[in-house]
Amino acid sequence: MAKDGGQQHKQPKRSSTEEEVEQVEASEDVQERKERLDEDVDSILDEIDEVLEENAEEFVRGFVQKGGE
Amino acid sequence: MSVRRIMGTETEFGISVPGQPGANPMLTSSQVVNGYAQTQPLARKTRWDFDEEHPLRDARGFDLSREVADSSQLTDEETGLANVILTNGARLYVDHAHPEYSAPETTNPRDAVVWDKAGELVIMEGARQARLIPGAPQLNLYKNNTDNKGASYGSHENYLMRRSTPFASIVRHLTPFFVSRQVVTGAGRVGIGQDGAAHGFQISQRADYFEVEVGLETTLKRPIINTRDEPHANPDRYRRLHVIIGDANLSEISTYLKVGTTSLVLAMIEDGWLTDDLSVDRPVTALHEVSHDPSCTHLLTLKDGRKITAVQLQTEYLEQARKYVEDKYGDDADRQTKDVLHRWEQVLDQLATDPMKLSDQLDWVAKYKLLQSYRDRDALEWDDSKLHLIDLQYADLRPDKGLYYKLVKSGRMQRIVSDEEIRMAVAHPPTDTRAYFRGRCMQQYAPQVAAASWDSVIFDLPGKESLQRIPTLDPLRGTKAHVGALLDQCDTASDLVRTITGGAAG
Repeated sequence: MAKDGGQQHKQPKRSSTEEEVEQVEASEDVQERKERLDEDVDSILDEIDEVLEENAEEFVRGFVQKGGE
Repeated sequence: MSVRRIMGTETEFGISVPGQPGANPMLTSSQVVNGYAQTQPLARKTRWDFDEEHPLRDARGFDLSREVADSSQLTDEETGLANVILTNGARLYVDHAHPEYSAPETTNPRDAVVWDKAGELVIMEGARQARLIPGAPQLNLYKNNTDNKGASYGSHENYLMRRSTPFASIVRHLTPFFVSRQVVTGAGRVGIGQDGAAHGFQISQRADYFEVEVGLETTLKRPIINTRDEPHANPDRYRRLHVIIGDANLSEISTYLKVGTTSLVLAMIEDGWLTDDLSVDRPVTALHEVSHDPSCTHLLTLKDGRKITAVQLQTEYLEQARKYVEDKYGDDADRQTKDVLHRWEQVLDQLATDPMKLSDQLDWVAKYKLLQSYRDRDALEWDDSKLHLIDLQYADLRPDKGLYYKLVKSGRMQRIVSDEEIRMAVAHPPTDTRAYFRGRCMQQYAPQVAAASWDSVIFDLPGKESLQRIPTLDPLRGTKAHVGALLDQCDTASDLVRTITGGAAG
């Protein structure tokens, strides 16, 4: 069932320079992806900050329900 | 059977007036229901027909006497509170202190999602209408299950089952499934314990409110398996399994898997397929412990001594379901059954490796990820009001305020149905159950419909002294194929009743 990660390990042998280049690229990819994810998290938090009710404590305290069902 | 069967959801919505925690919830709930009623083609108030309601009938084979019943269990007595039967076949009414939307009967998980989501739009429109009245307060509606101060309100599922299935085997095989399915179906909650006094995040909104294994009650001493036995169908052939343990879901995939996997497990129980005893030691405690562990690594102890996680327990059901469907249908299994199995497997695989990857699919993970991001950015502890607010506002039904809707809008939640389908389902009934007949009658003959219920439509016709009751006891009759042409032809309710009673042999 392994869908990810299976292929990279099965590369044929190659010179060490190629490997180094690949590794650098790979780590850049990871770095880029992490930055993108961080940016994504920042942007969603910014969006949510804009819509959150203003006085959190009072708002939460005021949400009182009766049992149902 | 497959994932297909007669099913439907019911949701009690949280309701509040900002700044007025003491606002009378029966009144505000009535305002929402009556607000929506104004949008319906109604010339008179259609009553709910309580003829076939038996809230005190127990699936174990006895009736609870009315004298010993708690007054909250007497749901068949007319309360005088607002009640509307909608053109989509749903029932919208005030249940205790909440507006409740009971979706029309559907035949498959996907349709159950569509008409469940339609309920969100119905409730929002009701609130919008209520606010148009001069001097009316702001009404906020929430699709959640607790105020985190001790009160819980339900979101129930209903499944039509064969009467011949022994109730004991339902209890035996469904209890471990319900203890564990929350890892898929949970809506997430900030706060531990019924009053939320302990700090932390848990998977389920509802788990902490369940106190016993089996029982008839829904408002006190809530049971994992509810025994209410009102089939709303021929009682010799069917029972309606009334499931009260679920969370109210906003994620379409959560609802889809909730009803889809449950329906599959019920099919296996009906066919006697499940033979292994997966009973969990102390299931009520286990239910709480699973909910309190968002890492999904807590080990449950089975009665046979094995220790496995809730995800592994779900996987046992999944594997049985795969074999069952393969054995029964091979490649001929219907698309939805295949799809439910496929998605169930993917979700369980992810839960076993990295639950957070499901933040675009499951409610509890989406909420948890959001909360964790806030904790990271602002260094917040679990008792912080802001985290409680995020929990609450995730379920806010206002499109510009609700955080679930925000996530959808920015493409952060996967969907399986379209806005167009949901909009259609607000006004129109499913075409393949008796809800079609009920909904069409409300569309065409509302002024003459005196009362209606799941299993009847009652007409008050001009020139007739007595009311004319059209029973709809079979959930699979009254479909578009069955009565569509008839309803097209009959301009008036009198025409319809004359054709039905005169044309039929009995």
